[in-house]
Amino acid sequence: MAQNYEIPTPKKRLLSLQMDPAKFEKATDEEKKQQDVMAESTTFFKDGMRRLRKNPLAVFSIIVLLLIILTMIFAPVIVPYGYDEIISVEGVRDKQAANLKPFEYSAKEQAYMEKYNVKVFPHILGTDELCRDYFIRVVYGTRVSFMVGIFAAVMVAVIGTVYGAISGYAGGRVDLIMMRIVDIIYSLPDLLIIILLSVVFKETMDFSKIPVLGKLGTNMVSMFIVFGLLYWVGMARLVRGQILTIKQNEYVLAAKSMGASSGRIIRRHILPNCLSVIIIMTAQEIPTAIFTESYLSFLGLGVSLPMPSLGSLANAARSGMQSYPLKLVFPAVAIILIVLSFNLLGDAMRDAFDPKLKN
Amino acid sequence: MEEKKKSEYLVEVKDLKEYFPVKAGFFKTIPLKAVDGVSFNIKPGETLGLVGESGCGKTTVGRTLLRLYKPTGGEFYFDGELVTDKNIHPLRKQMQMVFQDPYSSLNPRMTVEDIIGEPLDIHKLYTSKGERHDKIMHLMELVGLNAEHATRYAHEFSGGQRQRIGIARALAVDPKFIVCDEPVSALDVSIQAQVINMFEELQEKLGVAYLFIAHDLLVVHHISKRIAVMYLGRIVEIADADELNAHPIHPYTLSLLSAVPIPDPKTARESKRIVLEGDIPSPLHMPSGCPFRTRCRYATEQCAKECPELTDRGNGHMVACWVK
Repeated sequence: MAQNYEIPTPKKRLLSLQMDPAKFEKATDEEKKQQDVMAESTTFFKDGMRRLRKNPLAVFSIIVLLLIILTMIFAPVIVPYGYDEIISVEGVRDKQAANLKPFEYSAKEQAYMEKYNVKVFPHILGTDELCRDYFIRVVYGTRVSFMVGIFAAVMVAVIGTVYGAISGYAGGRVDLIMMRIVDIIYSLPDLLIIILLSVVFKETMDFSKIPVLGKLGTNMVSMFIVFGLLYWVGMARLVRGQILTIKQNEYVLAAKSMGASSGRIIRRHILPNCLSVIIIMTAQEIPTAIFTESYLSFLGLGVSLPMPSLGSLANAARSGMQSYPLKLVFPAVAIILIVLSFNLLGDAMRDAFDPKLKN
Repeated sequence: MEEKKKSEYLVEVKDLKEYFPVKAGFFKTIPLKAVDGVSFNIKPGETLGLVGESGCGKTTVGRTLLRLYKPTGGEFYFDGELVTDKNIHPLRKQMQMVFQDPYSSLNPRMTVEDIIGEPLDIHKLYTSKGERHDKIMHLMELVGLNAEHATRYAHEFSGGQRQRIGIARALAVDPKFIVCDEPVSALDVSIQAQVINMFEELQEKLGVAYLFIAHDLLVVHHISKRIAVMYLGRIVEIADADELNAHPIHPYTLSLLSAVPIPDPKTARESKRIVLEGDIPSPLHMPSGCPFRTRCRYATEQCAKECPELTDRGNGHMVACWVK
């Protein structure tokens, strides 16, 4: 049997591969080309977005958010009422226009329309007890809540990322001290601090001259400050945890062996690799901020009058709940839609950008 | 004499030590002696192979040379210059490293062009974007990568191609010395041969010196001029590759050589394997005297008392053993 096989005579040298080069043939150009066939190049983000588009819940929440944003931008341009404007007919205050139902006109408005044969812009969601158009108030309330949410989330993202990145990258004693500070901040009661700060600011500072902040009031300023001071700790912990694992990768070691500075390593190698976590966390931070604003407004600690926010609108509607339940429903529905969409989007983004959940 | 020696060797390592502190209870640390007094020299354009089993400190030697770890003791002269923390940055242009795992050593968020171009960016080795691009294209060609793939991401390549990217990155600064930290052990055998041959070709073309770390004796013998065998943080034998193969002296080298698989069954049946008894001792609790004595069949009382130094047995064949 053994004769059928050609057993090469082994060389005496132990450490030789003992191969016969004559038995190999060179690869042709065509065969070499076969090696080059690869799937189309996709970046991390393209891939994530593709998977996001496949998720019906994500698409739904994106559409809802886009509609809300479009309404927020264009409704005040189209609707001829202001959020603090009391409805008047021919320059005279219309006292009968209080608490109208959706698309209802007051007696004065009907008389005016018949007299000149024109149309008055309808009160889409009716009016409130002070004869103000409710729709525009809800739109402005959404604007305020939205802005508060995004601003707070961005602030949290920036502070938390920088803090977590430094702590995680430095490691050792620096990390230990920085994380103990985080632990202390974590244990502070946020609501109490917001209340205390707003009381202090009301007494000591005057924000009314600053363009946007002045209209939102001291309560909102203290809320932003509290977000900046307290809410970033969750983000900082998360980013630190990510960086601790990314730091172990050999490409970080490779960058070090090339002589890259710590700043460069964090910027070029570490942060891009935990960007997905930061984005997702930020998307989930927005509803938290909106919620905080809403319940602060509900407690009477929200934006200063007459600027509406969704929470303060709901709070105002509470007193007339028996007679005008719709006034509570509209701002509540707006809060629910925004928070739900952001939560669903955040969830879908986590699934789409997590490489471990691929396919 | 001193001047002559300086010009002869590119890399001179003298008594390199690297101890890692290991916590043993509150406020108490004991040193883990990962590398304990390693010395070797490498001439320009030469390859020194470094072999040994897992955990013997091979990788630590390579990383300590590049100052990824701060050495506990010992001196490292590069081109006659003592390497310290102060002058390491410009020297990183002349020393580079190729890593073991081609999957984790390339940043998944960077294109191949940026990965290879990173050392150029760090050391500012170009004046215009066009020059950077040309240099990267040249490097890709040098390691046998298709230039069209420059805009792709690392995860789109196979293991062998990824290792080529890693090698191109190491070559970007035109180094004189590259530490190859088990560059082929994560690749399958057919790709191993390609990559190793490429290492040899590059050495011929560019005249770089390698410290080639591996645990596969066949691979190391193929590429190295000289081979050093490490055991528990020490070099136990260092000799020319063929000399080590033909006349191993240290009992540990003997057992390593006997473990190399022989492709011919007849010869394999005739040869005897020297199987080592027991496990490697923990580097936290090193045996007294010679570290190998717990597993050595020739161990005597002398081995327990004193640690043998590396001594020349002729032709630069250095052995650390009491056996004559």
